[in-house]
Amino acid sequence: MAEVLVEEKKSAIAFGKKERKLVTDPLNDNNPITVQVLGICSALAVTTGMKNAAVMAVAVVFVCVLANLITSVMRNAIPKQVRMIVQLVIIATLVTIVELTLKAIAFESYKQLSVFIGLIITNCIIMGRLEAFAMGNKPWESTLDGLGNGIGYGIILLIVAFFRELMGKGTLFDYKIIGATEEFLINTETSFLFGWYENNNLMVLFPSAMFVIAIVIWVHRAWNPSLVDVS
Amino acid sequence: MELLNIFIKSAFIENLALAYFLGMCSYLAVSKTVKTAFGLGLAVIFVLGITMPINWMINSWLLSETGVFGTDLTFLRFILFIAVIASMVQLVEMIVEKYSPSLYNSLGIFLPLITVNCAILGGSLFMVSNEYNFSESVAFGLGGGFGWFLAIIAIAAIREKIKYSAVPAPMRGLGMAFLLTGLMGMAFMGLMGIDPSAL
Repeated sequence: MAEVLVEEKKSAIAFGKKERKLVTDPLNDNNPITVQVLGICSALAVTTGMKNAAVMAVAVVFVCVLANLITSVMRNAIPKQVRMIVQLVIIATLVTIVELTLKAIAFESYKQLSVFIGLIITNCIIMGRLEAFAMGNKPWESTLDGLGNGIGYGIILLIVAFFRELMGKGTLFDYKIIGATEEFLINTETSFLFGWYENNNLMVLFPSAMFVIAIVIWVHRAWNPSLVDVS
Repeated sequence: MELLNIFIKSAFIENLALAYFLGMCSYLAVSKTVKTAFGLGLAVIFVLGITMPINWMINSWLLSETGVFGTDLTFLRFILFIAVIASMVQLVEMIVEKYSPSLYNSLGIFLPLITVNCAILGGSLFMVSNEYNFSESVAFGLGGGFGWFLAIIAIAAIREKIKYSAVPAPMRGLGMAFLLTGLMGMAFMGLMGIDPSAL
């Protein structure tokens, strides 16, 4: 009798070891961008500035969690042949909600992100997690998996955006950090952090995102050798 | 002639993979060997070439103000475009599964993921913003698909060669693929802004 009670208690813990692993795994061992190679396009396009990257990360976490939850609740009612269309309709609906919300509360970001909010629909992280996880697991686990993957994606996005914005424009969140300011050009007495730094325009262009992600992968795999590609 | 210009422009100057970096996920993940890259490239040409005119018809006959319903329904654009793309991909999946099971197995999850290949939805959205007419949208779709096909073949060939080079262990595979794509993208930046109609 006592054992049964203990077991019941165990299963009642909603956030045990297994659940925690679902959230932490995508942050390191199974990162969507550097390991699963999902969601690269938007990672390249929106990382020219920290602000856009942050808005995008929040939007993706939102869509990822809710899409995983809804699909998981409906998973037994979806026929296999039309599953992609059903999943996409769910995602597209959520993305439309995000788009209209952004338009209403953060119009500046909305204008800068434009097409890429729409392209969250085709962000393979969301579709990939629906296919690989939510179609075969219970709602609560799926929600956590969506949360973990969304955050894992957001972290890489912010790291890449940090280097690209700092080196490309000398700013962070549009706030001047390094390089000469306009006042400096008028009065050279004004000291400024790394005043000699010239903005590197390559860092604003697409190819630099590739280079930065390549370096992130290098550091990540050097630190976690179990991920090294053996083939 | 005008159509040929659009074809060349979308294939080389505004290459979806190397100038806009669209469709990168499958581009990086399926480019380990030329053979699978070839199969995926053909599937992308097919899906882009078919969905582009269908989406053009949907956009200009159903969704625009001059369409059948007479009201501006463009907020439905994402859902309808993606539904067309998803059904076309499902069609391709069935065809490939029937006629080439080995290709079907080697493509794995990336066949359904053509649906979410941003090159395809992105292509349709570019087609809307460029205001192409019907035949132009066909040329744009085929050209864009062809450019993506060439890009994935090129990187697959380089990755097959580079397998025998002494690359630092953490950079092997995916890391090098990112670096190579960046370099190829820089090369393609040199083509940007060329107007083929002036040649």
